[in-house]
Amino acid sequence: MSDTITQQPPKHARRVKAEKPASLWSDAWYDLRRNKVFLIGSVLALILILMAAFPSIFSHINAYDPATCDLKTARRGITGEHWFGTDNLGCDTYSRVIYGARVSILVGIITTVITTVVGGGMGLVAGFFGRWSDVLLSRVAEIFFAIPPILGALLILSVIGRDNAGIGTVVMALGVLYWPLLLRIMRAAVISAKNQDFVVAARALGASSGRIMIRHILPNAVAPVIVTATLNLGAFIAAEAGLSFLGVGVQSPTISWGLMISDARPWFLAQPEPLLFPALFLSITVLAFVMLGDAVRDALDPKLR
Amino acid sequence: MGRYALRRLLQAIPVLVGTTFFIFVIVYALPGDPIQALGGDRRMDPVIARALRDKFGLDDPLLVQYWHYLTGIFSGNFGTTFRGVEVSSIFAGKFQVTLQLALTALVMEAIIGVGLGLWSALRRGRWQDQFVLAVTLLLVSIPPLVMGFVLQLWLGVKFKLGTGIELVPVAGIGAGEKSYLLPGFVLATTSIAYLTRLTRTSLMETLRSDFIRTAVAKGMPRRRVLGRHALRNSLIPLVTYLGADLGALMGGAVITETIFNLPGIGLQLFQSVYLRENTVVVGIVTVLVLIYVVANLVVDLLYAVLDPRIRYE
Repeated sequence: MSDTITQQPPKHARRVKAEKPASLWSDAWYDLRRNKVFLIGSVLALILILMAAFPSIFSHINAYDPATCDLKTARRGITGEHWFGTDNLGCDTYSRVIYGARVSILVGIITTVITTVVGGGMGLVAGFFGRWSDVLLSRVAEIFFAIPPILGALLILSVIGRDNAGIGTVVMALGVLYWPLLLRIMRAAVISAKNQDFVVAARALGASSGRIMIRHILPNAVAPVIVTATLNLGAFIAAEAGLSFLGVGVQSPTISWGLMISDARPWFLAQPEPLLFPALFLSITVLAFVMLGDAVRDALDPKLR
Repeated sequence: MGRYALRRLLQAIPVLVGTTFFIFVIVYALPGDPIQALGGDRRMDPVIARALRDKFGLDDPLLVQYWHYLTGIFSGNFGTTFRGVEVSSIFAGKFQVTLQLALTALVMEAIIGVGLGLWSALRRGRWQDQFVLAVTLLLVSIPPLVMGFVLQLWLGVKFKLGTGIELVPVAGIGAGEKSYLLPGFVLATTSIAYLTRLTRTSLMETLRSDFIRTAVAKGMPRRRVLGRHALRNSLIPLVTYLGADLGALMGGAVITETIFNLPGIGLQLFQSVYLRENTVVVGIVTVLVLIYVVANLVVDLLYAVLDPRIRYE
């Protein structure tokens, strides 16, 4: 199955070029480079990451400088000076939207890395060693898996309190609730790789457990984990905005799209720009990472075609 | 089947105990003393503080307190807030709103998701298929937070002012069932996308199987092949997805209810977080998590009934 919107090249075309057996990775890379969804997604993602790292390239106004806000020009529509209008406090919405990218991208990437390393690592251990390590890890994972993420995060963050809330606590709350998903996927992939002939051969040749795990099983089990991790990235970004909107995520004066939406809400029917622009950027960001995830899945998981 | 059901039921017990314990411990680990906080800035009389601590059992060992909390939940008693309001009285009437919202979302999801999925599977590779996949990509990418406000603005202000026609109410539940249409759709968007893709994959897989080829080969009309053979067999994963999603939708209703001002359990949760009423937050989260776990359990059992091939491990 192909979930991308581009036309896939016919299967034979790809087979013909593969005269010598290509590895999964070079095959996947070959597919990705020709995938329009992947190209659009990665260009968008790169621009957003650049925006998060160096917001001053995109905006000459430093949104973190309160001196740039002018109450006299509060809640103005789109003008030549303020491309996206101004918000309730007279701050420039364009620069705030640009500076807001940082929180979303940071939460998305850090949470993805942490859940992948922790969940994936535990899944590797559980799948490879089995027995009590599997029982223990899988049971614990099941418990966290049974909590709907937004609810669990809301609970954790409301207990931690708004005084301590920030990027770190949001990452922690989402991480606690999402690692079991990666564990499950890694564990299943490891178990199916464990019994294959090349692993038996490596063992017969006297390879140690550690070597088999890292050199033979991990490269053959990591593909579905990478797919899930990429798809999760967009979900984390949306979750951060949702939690910040609900008041338990990052707090003012940190600039976050979710917070901007929440701040603009009381006036939004009369003056929608301060709400619509962060909402637009949020959707584009999620879209970019969902497109990447879709494309990576199609490339790495040919079974799903 | 009997063995599978039993094992699945037994498996649910540690999950239920684990999730409730997790919720409990988080709140137990709460920094600060709730009794002192009740007194505000003034120091509370030690005798009263003592009495209150005894009343709420705050000095009991962790496991004893957990036991009180657990037995309370299963007898419908969620305790009282430290201000003396019964938590279960706060729940009254609000679950219905959330349930109705979740059910509306579920029906929309089933109609739109399955419909789009079937359409694209039957037009595989043509523009209709590409179009449906592009739509699902957009639906996944627009968070309910954005979708809710944008639709509220378009339908509630732009369209209404432009044409004078109110298609659907955009806030509150004043208009009865109609009020749930828009929030239900917003709540369902992500699930619509997933269900569309699931339907598409599932039907395409079934259409490739041998019994479909046999049915076509023996000259059965296309309608009958699709209706009788293909659809029935591709519906199994969809039914289970929908069942499990009911729990997820109720849990996810907090943002939608906040946007549309629906007086459900999600809006209450939002307000209680805002007012720092942790007892209420814990009560609501516990109930919603239990619904979610039980929905998944029921669905797993249902799956075994619908598809006799399934066996536990």
